[in-house]
Amino acid sequence: MLDFRLDEEQQMLADTIGRYTRERVRKVFRDAEEDGRIPPDVVQAGWEIGVLPTGIPEAYGGFGEYSAVTGAVATEAFAWGDLAITLSVMVPNLVAVPLMFAGTEEQKKAYLPLFADEEAPPFTAALTEPVIQFSPFKLKTTAVRDGEEYVINGTKTVVPFADQADMILVYAEEGGKTQAFLVPADSEGLEVAAKDKLMGIKALPTFMVTYSDVRVPAANRLGGETGIDFALLLAHSRIALGAAAVGMARASYEYARDYAKQRVQFGEPIAHRQSIAFMLADMATEVDEARLMVWEAAWKLDQGQDALRESTVMKHHVDRMVLTVADRAVQVLGGYGYIREYPVELWLRNARGFASFDGLAMI
Amino acid sequence: MISFELPPFIENQGQLIEMVAKQAMRPYSRDLDEHEHTRPTAFVNMTWPFVQEMVKRSLKGLEEQNGSNGSNGHTPQARKGPDYSILALITMIEQLSWGDAGQYLCLPHPMLGGAAVDSAGTPEQRIRFLRKFTEGDPKWGAMAITEADAGSDNSSMRTTAVLDEDTHEWILNGEKIFITNGKLALEESDGLCVVWATVDPGAGRAGIKSFVVEGNTPGVSIAKQENKLGIRASDTVSLHFDNVRVPYENLLGSAEVQRETTVKGFKGAMKTFDSSRPAVAASAVGIARAALEFTREKLAEEGVEVDYTKSLHEMTAVERDLMEMEARYKGAWLLTLRAVSLMAHGESNRLESSMCKFRAGEAVTWITQKAVELLGPVGYSREFLVEKWMRDAKINDIYEGTKQINQLIVARSILGYSRRELK
Repeated sequence: MLDFRLDEEQQMLADTIGRYTRERVRKVFRDAEEDGRIPPDVVQAGWEIGVLPTGIPEAYGGFGEYSAVTGAVATEAFAWGDLAITLSVMVPNLVAVPLMFAGTEEQKKAYLPLFADEEAPPFTAALTEPVIQFSPFKLKTTAVRDGEEYVINGTKTVVPFADQADMILVYAEEGGKTQAFLVPADSEGLEVAAKDKLMGIKALPTFMVTYSDVRVPAANRLGGETGIDFALLLAHSRIALGAAAVGMARASYEYARDYAKQRVQFGEPIAHRQSIAFMLADMATEVDEARLMVWEAAWKLDQGQDALRESTVMKHHVDRMVLTVADRAVQVLGGYGYIREYPVELWLRNARGFASFDGLAMI
Repeated sequence: MISFELPPFIENQGQLIEMVAKQAMRPYSRDLDEHEHTRPTAFVNMTWPFVQEMVKRSLKGLEEQNGSNGSNGHTPQARKGPDYSILALITMIEQLSWGDAGQYLCLPHPMLGGAAVDSAGTPEQRIRFLRKFTEGDPKWGAMAITEADAGSDNSSMRTTAVLDEDTHEWILNGEKIFITNGKLALEESDGLCVVWATVDPGAGRAGIKSFVVEGNTPGVSIAKQENKLGIRASDTVSLHFDNVRVPYENLLGSAEVQRETTVKGFKGAMKTFDSSRPAVAASAVGIARAALEFTREKLAEEGVEVDYTKSLHEMTAVERDLMEMEARYKGAWLLTLRAVSLMAHGESNRLESSMCKFRAGEAVTWITQKAVELLGPVGYSREFLVEKWMRDAKINDIYEGTKQINQLIVARSILGYSRRELK
């Protein structure tokens, strides 16, 4: 019955991730952004918290306790620490989650057990394309059936760790719908091109990947003959990204709040001024509101209900919210907000990306 | 465990209220709006039996609690499991306001006066005053707090209460403004009005207490009937209190509150708002839902509908606006449900109440103004109710704590600041 309190396990998970972000992530995230590289041991420690393996069904080596709501709680907690590091820890989800919810029995058996291991397999996924009017339901990358194979052509961007991947799950238009294909990274015609240069999430290495007549066996089409329910997978992605945005927005708000309480001007903390205090009140409320919208979409998925509408309405709203909150955080810090020594400018650069991050996270 | 599931009875309740809204509210909306100060008799007559039943149930619960442990029934231990009556009430308010927010305010129910009695009264008082609403003719509850010079700054009120030691009565003098149902409660029925007054003008908050003035008490007169922008079906008046005598036992609160000049009385009374703010938010959300549904319906008639698989680039500006309306409505409602859920589970919710109240007021104002915009000349016409809903919506940014006051409450809470640190 109506309740918005975390249960004991969720609280423990949030606390564990909170400790990890405070003790490991927050110590390295600024340098990681400047260097374009995350210390692998930090990513490994995040992986070892085990959110994904917990969710994988027991038949494939996991604990069989999947919950989109719990995933949202976890993702928010991770992203409070740092978005790029969160996305990095969660890259395996980009293939595991589609397998869990759209894979054939053979595909699940073949690949899911790999995700229950101590180390995540080097798999990634490619959805986004370098076009201005990108629409995940109307992709430019195509897959055409040819005998017992599919032939894939197109260009993808923002593909995390493409340079180290063994397998890339590629989304392509096929038969007028968005389908997905498991493509070994060493396939002929697949080229991992230049490393992306993005406004934010610079610690996460992402790449442009081109497909020139790349051929894969028909068995590599996710979902086999049935294919995938892409709207469902997109809901899983939007919920993950929404939760991440809430986490990062909360970080921005808390940082601004704490700064405003100790920054003294005109003889008192600037938090004593209504203009600042009201901005903070708006930020706190908007973060809480967004969280509830993320949870509602996640809860619907957990109930086996359709969540395309809720996750889409939520996504557009949260994309705006995280930008507004991050922008206000920079504003509260004034001149210091503009300096890279302070995290708020990073959160603003990251925030603007959510409008284009479809497919970059999954839960 | 996180859950958005509403108890099954809410849906049944919703269907019933939708029927009430369609039969007894909407057909009279325009007429009542055009003729302010007329009474929504169809709505009152249809709802009075239901209200009596609802109040009887609450009364029974109170009498059981009061009998069983003598506590004031506020402690969480007094309840066995979550209290869903508050959820029923809030969803009812949303559903009635979907029908007509002005008429909803005319519900023959203790309303805000009842909330004040609940927050500040002893169990005996709560039972005594609630009982009025289980019998006889329709009656109304009201609350008189605002004065011409005391709005957001309500602790500077000047209405006084002086104890007549001989007759053991309080004597009230002063003038209150902006009282919803003031006339209905005190002149047109044997209802009640909770009046806030000071027993010690020099003591500020510490002197303020609340008193129940019952219907047809001598000395009460209607000083003014307001003509408003919206919620015109709801009667708003100024009340003049000229040596109004009120029984001693009508001072709300324990003997301690009654004897001492402490802020306990004021704070107890202010707790009213922790439960009434989600109610106002729910009313705002109901109006927003009406406007959103109507806008969607009308646009769909012209082939304009949101396709949730489109990217923003592919959507027209109108489709994007519709999605934003939906998001703001949904966000406001979920925040309201959160505040209510905390109450149902016996937890404090001051911060969450203020958050949902200001956000819902803001959302309904934006949503209804956007609705009129999107519907062009049709939206602007008095042939349709949507322009009335925009006018009805605006009060939600203002009453029961303006948006700015609620932002202030939220800000003080998140910053850990008192009134001295953040003005």
